[in-house]
Amino acid sequence: MTKGLSKINLVSLTFGFAFLYIPILILVFFSFNDSRLVNVWGGFSFRWYGELFQNEDLLGAAWISLLLAAAASTLSVVLGTVAGFVMARFTSFRGRTLFSGMIYAPLVMPEVITGLSLLLLFVAIDWGRGLGTMIIAHTSFCMSYVAVVVQSRLVSFDRSIEEAAQDLGATPLKTFFVITLPVIAPALVSGWLLSFTLSLDNVVITSFTSGPGWDTLPVKIFSAVKLGVKPEINALSTIMILVVAIGVVAASLVQKRAMVERQRAERMAAAEN
Amino acid sequence: MSANDSPDRPAAALITHDKGDFLESLDAGLRRRGLGFAAPVIVWFFSLFSGRGAVIAVPYVFLLAFFLIPFFIVLKISFAETALAIPPYTGLIEMVDDGFEYYLTLKLNLANYLTIFTEDTYVRAYLNSAKIAAISTALCLAIGFPMAYAMARASESIRPTLLMLVILPFWTSFLIRVYAWIVILKTEGGLLNTFLISIGLISPDNPLRILNTEWAMYIGIVYSYLPFMVLPLYANLERMDLTLLEAAADLGCRPIKAFWVVTVPLAIPGIIAGCFLVFIPAVGEYVIPELMSGDNVRVIGRKLFTDFASERNWPLAAAVSVVLLMILIIPIMLFQRQQAKLQEAGR
Repeated sequence: MTKGLSKINLVSLTFGFAFLYIPILILVFFSFNDSRLVNVWGGFSFRWYGELFQNEDLLGAAWISLLLAAAASTLSVVLGTVAGFVMARFTSFRGRTLFSGMIYAPLVMPEVITGLSLLLLFVAIDWGRGLGTMIIAHTSFCMSYVAVVVQSRLVSFDRSIEEAAQDLGATPLKTFFVITLPVIAPALVSGWLLSFTLSLDNVVITSFTSGPGWDTLPVKIFSAVKLGVKPEINALSTIMILVVAIGVVAASLVQKRAMVERQRAERMAAAEN
Repeated sequence: MSANDSPDRPAAALITHDKGDFLESLDAGLRRRGLGFAAPVIVWFFSLFSGRGAVIAVPYVFLLAFFLIPFFIVLKISFAETALAIPPYTGLIEMVDDGFEYYLTLKLNLANYLTIFTEDTYVRAYLNSAKIAAISTALCLAIGFPMAYAMARASESIRPTLLMLVILPFWTSFLIRVYAWIVILKTEGGLLNTFLISIGLISPDNPLRILNTEWAMYIGIVYSYLPFMVLPLYANLERMDLTLLEAAADLGCRPIKAFWVVTVPLAIPGIIAGCFLVFIPAVGEYVIPELMSGDNVRVIGRKLFTDFASERNWPLAAAVSVVLLMILIIPIMLFQRQQAKLQEAGR
C-alpha cells in the first residue's frame, strides 16, 4: 500500500468513528449535568441518577423489559440453535428453501409488518396480549439471528470429532450434547447476548404485541422522547451504555483468553507428537 | 451406515440408530407385502418420529406459526371491512340463512386497496419511503465503504479492536442513539446550535433548523444503520486476496485504478449484503421518522402505524402492509438467496 492511501484510510476511520461515538459521549457527559436544560452546564452531579431511581414507573418498565429479554433470548437460543443446526447439516429435505427463507427474512423484515402480522394472529386465535405474546413475538425475530450465528459456526466445524464419537458408539443425540454443543457454546452465548439486546431495544413489535400494563422500557422511553428531552433519560441511557460496554469488552477478553489458551494447548500437543 | 446392515431388516436399522436406513427398509418391506400404495404415507408418518424429522419440525413449526401464517392472516384481514366491534373488522365468510336459502357468502372488500392506489397520500408515502431508504443506503455506503476498507487494511493486531468499536454502538440501544441526536440537533437549546452560537458562527435569532426536518431523519437512519453496512463489507474486504493487487501493480496498474477494477468488483457481495440490510428495513422505518422528522414528512411506516393505532382501521393497515411486502418481496428474496449462497460458500 502506498503512503497516500493509508492517510485516506486514517481519515475515513477517524471520521467514521467520530460520527459513531461523539453523540454517545455527549449523552454520557450531559447525564452528569446538574441543570435541567441540556445546553447549559450547571455543574457535575448525580442528580438525575437519583431521580431515575425514584421513578417507579420507569423501574417497573425496566423490570418487565429484563424479564422479557431473558425469556425471549433463552427461547431464541433453543430454537435458533436447532434451526442453525438444521441449516448447516441437513442440506436436502422437503421444504428447505421455505425454511431458509423463514430464517433469513426476519433479519430484514420491516418491524411494522412483523408487528402487525403477529398482532392480527394473536387476535385471530384470541390469545390475550401480555408477557406471553411479547415473548413469542421477540423470539420470532431473535431466533433468526441465533440461527445465522450458529450456522456459520457449524459450517467451520471439524466434523471428524463427531464421527469419532459415533464410531465409539455414541447416539446422534448424545454426540450433539457431548461433542457439538460444547464446541459451538461460544456461538450460543453470543447469540443469547445478541437476542437479549435486540429484545431490550425493540419498540415497534413490542407496541403491537404488548397488552395494557405491560409497557416495556423502550416503549416508555419512546413516548417520553416524543414529548421532549428529559435529563433522566440521559442518566438511564448512560447506565445502559455502560452495562453493554462492560459486557462486550468482558466477553471479548474472555474469548481472547480462550483462544490464546487453545493455541497454547495446540502447540503443546504438536510438540508432543 | 455400515455395509453389513441388511436394508431388509427395519429392526436392525433402528437399533443402530439410523433412521434413514430404517425408513428405507420400512418402505421396501411394505412394498414387498403388497402395501406399496400406502408406503409413502406410512413412511412419512414414521419420518415424523425419526430424530431428523423431529429436529427439523421444532423450528419449522414455530416459524410457520409465528412468521409465515401471520402474513396470510394479514392478507385475509386486508379484504375485510372495519367494524365497531372487538376485533374491529368483519369476517369474510358469512352464513346466510333467510328461511328459504341457506348458504355461505365470501365477501372480499377491495376498498382498502383502492384507497391505497388512488389516494395521493398513500402513493406519495410509498414513494417517499423508497426514496429515503435509497438515499440513506447510498449515504451509508459512502461512509461505510471507506471505513470497512481502512479496517480491513489496518494491521492485524488492531483489527479486532476496530471491529469491536463498530459493533459496540450496535449493541447499545438504538433508541438511545436516536435520542442522542435529538439532544444535539434540537433547534431551541440543542447542543449544536448552542455551540455554533457560542463561537459566533450563527446568530441566536436564526438557529439552524435541523430537527423535525427530513435532514434529521437522514442523519438518524444513516447513524443507526451504519454498522449493518460496515460489518458485511469488512467481512468481505478482509478476506480479499491482496496478491491480486500486487499482480495488478506488477502489470502497471495504478493504485486508484486497481481499487476500481480489482477491489470494488470483488467487494460486490459485501456491498449487496450491506445495501439490503440497510435498504429493506429502512423502507418500513417508523421510530426514526416519528421522533426526528416532524409531522410533515410522510413515510409508509408512520402511515401504517396511525391507521392501526389512531384511526383503528385494521383492515386498511393490513392492506398497507400487504402492498409494502409486495414491494419488498423481491429485494427480500434476493437477500435470502445471497445469504444462503454465502453460507454454502463458507462450508
